[in-house]
Amino acid sequence: MSAQKQLKVNPIACVGHGACAELLPEMISLDEWGYPLLDPRPVPAALERQARRAVGGCPVLALRLARLTQPQPAA
Amino acid sequence: MSARPGPASWAPGSGPRPGGLPRLLPPGPGQPESLGAHFGRLGHLPYRNAPRQLIPELEAAGLTGRGGAGFPVHRKLAAVASAGGRPVVVGNGAESEPASSKDVALLWLAPHLVLDGLQLTAEAVGARQACLYVHEADHGPLGDRLRQALSERWAAQVDRVPVQLASAPARFLAGQETAMVSLLNGGEAIPSYAPPRVFERGVGGAPTLVQNVETLAHIALIARFGPGWFRQLGTAAEPGSMLCTLHHADGSTQVTEAALGTPLSALLAPDLAPGQNLPPSPAFPAGPANPRRPTSRAQAVLIGGYHGAWLPADRAAHLTLDNAALRAGGGFLGAGVIAALPAGRCGLAETARVVRYLALESAGQCGPCLNGLPRIAGGLAELAGPRPGPQVRADVERWAGLVSGRGACAHPDGSVRFVRSALTVFAAELRQHANGRCPATTTKPFLPLPDPATGHHSNGSRR
Repeated sequence: MSAQKQLKVNPIACVGHGACAELLPEMISLDEWGYPLLDPRPVPAALERQARRAVGGCPVLALRLARLTQPQPAA
Repeated sequence: MSARPGPASWAPGSGPRPGGLPRLLPPGPGQPESLGAHFGRLGHLPYRNAPRQLIPELEAAGLTGRGGAGFPVHRKLAAVASAGGRPVVVGNGAESEPASSKDVALLWLAPHLVLDGLQLTAEAVGARQACLYVHEADHGPLGDRLRQALSERWAAQVDRVPVQLASAPARFLAGQETAMVSLLNGGEAIPSYAPPRVFERGVGGAPTLVQNVETLAHIALIARFGPGWFRQLGTAAEPGSMLCTLHHADGSTQVTEAALGTPLSALLAPDLAPGQNLPPSPAFPAGPANPRRPTSRAQAVLIGGYHGAWLPADRAAHLTLDNAALRAGGGFLGAGVIAALPAGRCGLAETARVVRYLALESAGQCGPCLNGLPRIAGGLAELAGPRPGPQVRADVERWAGLVSGRGACAHPDGSVRFVRSALTVFAAELRQHANGRCPATTTKPFLPLPDPATGHHSNGSRR
């Protein structure tokens, strides 16, 4: 079984192009200012290819698929 | 700081009393302590002469970070010591919270205790470089005082690791860990997006341990007197003592040290006068709707600073100074800022002023924070005025939901916590404003904000 993946956005890099929401509308919508709202649940296997396309389609590479991790020391 | 006798009042000249307070601030009048006096009072610096030795002692003590996040100290040290490479230790004294002055007070009155902690922590993680990050390190009395303390220690050959002073800009986010690392690496003091975490790759790319200066002072005492001594104060879950900056309803400000678990009614005795918080009765039913109901001098208490939460005075009077109790009441300790809002002030106006400041202090890097906080601030300003539009409150709540959890740092989340608590605690005022009335008798600002001309925080230590 492959590790579960979760969508993460680097909020500093993201400038709200909105490409991700077009490529993966099942899990990403845009807020009223055009920034992505991500479904926090693990990406279902059926959507993984589409999710990868959304990650690759971000013009500023702000979106990624991250392995679900344990909490770490606070910043 | 006023000379008000508080829970930390202590006879000058008495030695370190097990179980007594204060532990951190030296006895006697507010004069900085010399290295000789400091060692004479507390004993010499107890190096362990090997890395990691101190870490299990700190774990046994149960010390948590005193900068606001409250993370277990031993876990941070262990993470940095295990990260590989040669770590760097930074003492963070850039308390950028305008209402907090406890770190400046500690650095001013007991610089050697903080610098002891910096050395011991550097030894524990195997660091050969240390840095002390404070406001106005390059000029001003505190920077001069710290330089003098460092040269005293250098001359006495106390320090094993050289300590650099670094100056923090006068911005709210300057003390945020990643912002600080960015500045020390030659960049701007703005937060960055993790990973890598600072403990993996921070200053100069080295694993970096950042500890608040008060945390370092506690470390210096635990190294001397042991975890058992540390646990003589506080609760089992949250041991020890902490420094608090108290803003009393009469406008006075006080830095005091209190044991975790101390009743807030003891810390704010003049503000939450006992006997006045009567239980609801047929004559005086619960709720602020009945203006004749006897109230304490404070109408509400802000706990945890401007990323913290408002609590109604009646509720605060029954809570204690620890996260377990405060969480149940909707608050958290943060860096120990406690402000008693006097009756006669408008809590909504106070909140709106502070949130405007918080919006301006956003680094402006993350879209939701950049777009949301100014809108929230504008909405609150309208709610604090007469007859706000009928949609404003719903707008503020929606924007609060949109910025929460969507920043690189905790600034949007903390700001939203503050805003939401105000909408709850000042619900009666919201209703009155909707009808064009405000219960306040004065518009004089209460909560301290930096002077826009100088950027200096208007708190007691810098006035």
